Amino acid sequence: MKRDIILAGVGGQGLLAVAAVLGEAVRSLGLRLKQAEVHGMAQRGGAVQSHVRFSDRPIYSDLVREGTADLVLALEPMEALRYIAYLRPDGVLVSDTRPVRNIPDYPDLARILAELAAISPHRLVDAALLAEKAGSAQATNLVVLGAASPFLELPEAALVGGIRAVFAGKPDAVLAANLRGFELGAEWSRAVA
Amino acid sequence: MATQLLLGNEALAQGAIDAGLSAAYAYPGTPSTEITEHILRSAEARSGEIRCRWAVNEKTALEAALGASYAGLRAMASMKHVGLNVAADPFVNAAIAGAHGGLLVNVADDPSMHSSQNEQDSRLYADLALVPCLEPSDQQEAYAVPAYAFELSERHRVPVLIRLTTRLAHSRATVEVGARNPSNRLSVPEDPERFILLPAIARRSYERLVARQPDFVRDSEESPFNHLSQHGDRSLGIVACGIAHNYLLEVTDGAPSHPILKVGQYPLPERMVRWLVEHCDRILVLEDGYPFVEAKLSGLPPRSAPAIHGRLSGDVPRTGELTPDLVAAALGRGALDRRAASSVPAPRPPALCPGCPHADTCKALHEALASQTSARVFSDIGCYTLAALPPLAIIDTCVEMGASITMAHGASEAGLRPAVALIGDSTFAHSGMTGLLDCVNAGAQITVIIVDNLTVAMTGGQRSAAENRLASICRGLGVEDAHIRVIEPHPRNHAKNVAVLDEEIRHPGPSVIIAQRECIQTARRAARRAPSGGPR
Ligand SMILES: Cc1ncc(C[n+]2csc(CCOP(=O)(O)OP(=O)(O)O)c2C)c(N)n1
Ligand code: SF4
Repeated sequence: MKRDIILAGVGGQGLLAVAAVLGEAVRSLGLRLKQAEVHGMAQRGGAVQSHVRFSDRPIYSDLVREGTADLVLALEPMEALRYIAYLRPDGVLVSDTRPVRNIPDYPDLARILAELAAISPHRLVDAALLAEKAGSAQATNLVVLGAASPFLELPEAALVGGIRAVFAGKPDAVLAANLRGFELGAEWSRAVA
Repeated sequence: MATQLLLGNEALAQGAIDAGLSAAYAYPGTPSTEITEHILRSAEARSGEIRCRWAVNEKTALEAALGASYAGLRAMASMKHVGLNVAADPFVNAAIAGAHGGLLVNVADDPSMHSSQNEQDSRLYADLALVPCLEPSDQQEAYAVPAYAFELSERHRVPVLIRLTTRLAHSRATVEVGARNPSNRLSVPEDPERFILLPAIARRSYERLVARQPDFVRDSEESPFNHLSQHGDRSLGIVACGIAHNYLLEVTDGAPSHPILKVGQYPLPERMVRWLVEHCDRILVLEDGYPFVEAKLSGLPPRSAPAIHGRLSGDVPRTGELTPDLVAAALGRGALDRRAASSVPAPRPPALCPGCPHADTCKALHEALASQTSARVFSDIGCYTLAALPPLAIIDTCVEMGASITMAHGASEAGLRPAVALIGDSTFAHSGMTGLLDCVNAGAQITVIIVDNLTVAMTGGQRSAAENRLASICRGLGVEDAHIRVIEPHPRNHAKNVAVLDEEIRHPGPSVIIAQRECIQTARRAARRAPSGGPR
């Protein structure tokens, strides 16, 4: 068993939290993990990405090779498109559809979404809608993780455990909204299939 | 043995803690910051068993670590690659004076300049200072290296450099960790005169250091971090340094078909290198950073075979971070079947946070300088450097930490005025204060704006060394009281602030404006933490 995943988003969206949840879930299952993160300057609203790899066998590289990712999981559509060269031909694309327009020359959104929709299989989720339903506008990152969960080859219980571990120090309401956001994303994704 | 999920930086830190570390000093800088943050979070640092502090800069950090080593303790200083430029004087001279308790200098290099202004390779500094250098290839080795390096340092009485690159520093993996070993007891060197580098003594010490070089090479031959595999097809031999070894295993599915020299300790293990060169038709050198090993192997023409391939030969790009795809290409394996990259995404550079106090300072400065077309703004390094990008686009230079005040000084004396220096509170403490003293002594016509957000924001909000003492420091350096002004950068104060800036820019001597408002990120964090109380 082996999964290679590219996480992508904009600094401040909670991408590292998604990476941390995956890491905790993988560790709880006794699998091996490598997870390359972006720290520093780019976290100020710039493009951020993370390579997450897990397997029951040794993992050598911290970086995923182009053309080999099983999944691109993005919290923003233009950031999803930035990394499609990493996907293997039958790899899955999961992305939030809402743009973060913090640059003056943000490209045509319709074109971005059309290019993403041409990738099969894909899940393009309006995460803000589900996050609001879950009780926290900030939970979009967990909604997208939920939407990607059918493709992770990790038991849902392990992912829920990962969320509990990562948000352990936070108020109960925050943890509850994140768990709910994850579940709504997962339900939506299964319903689309 | 327990397993933990650790960044390369954290694995190194935990390895040092478990190896009996007593003192850790550092100045933050991406990609090195998490080494010290991990130690600060440890039970040993919180109980005071390990002394761990953010220093004013890398030079003071390394010197404090050297002092702790002098006292017999296992000590280390951590920094990013350019930080070693600042600490180069203590580094090179500590190599001559030597260590007593084990002394590690941990340096994180940043190939591809993800968060830096250059991609210099710290292995060249170890070479310059004639000290051993360790370069772990993965997180587990990063954990193992400090115990080994402390022992090496104490046995040879030299500081040891540990080099990481961004990818390992910031990649997390499951690491098996052990228990903490006891720390050293306080003791003074039995030969204390070697720490007095008067020429007569320094010459002897330097001779001793040079005489030890063959021992360092022998250690490299026997190092657990170097390994020569003689198996396989000898039409090619591969040298894989540090993380490059993982990339090599990745693209060959763990079973390379050629002889491989894995390098994790320098100076180079000469016998192993010689075997490879003598038995293989061609050599490919894979290294993240400069073509350091490749250059050593290449020598000057005329030179006998085999041909050496790497970054200098063009088989790997001369600049930028090494990746498994580049390793595959250098091995002549074509790219994998993949989708073409899309041309649609636009670059998304980092930007100041909405509501950042630096933006308000820069807007006021923009207006104050609107009619002064010859004005130049010499900036420094920190979040405020992002004011180089539109829409603010107000700074003209950013070269290295501290260069704002000093470059403004020189430009002003050359006749380029108004000369404005823009510098953060942490950078001012790091290397701005000395330059300001130059300006005071010269009576230079410059305006220094210290953008005081009460933290080291760029690297994640560490405590700033001169917190709430900036005005008194400037006064102490000799800036006239009337020309030390404090403003609060906020939209509601815009007109007032423009007026203050305008007045001080007209002043014919050195003036300082302290623009003080807390970074909104650290303020938010403090507010969130407030209920449980406790100072930041
Ligand atoms: C010699 C050196 N050390 C460390 C760094 C990393 N670094 C860049 S900016 C900075 C500090 C910024 O703090 P401050 O000047 O207070 O500005 P702020 O980011 O808070 O706006 C640091 C540590 C560097 N670039 N060069
Ligand atoms: S982190 Fe703080 S100083 Fe940096 S851009 Fe954001 S608000 Fe400004």
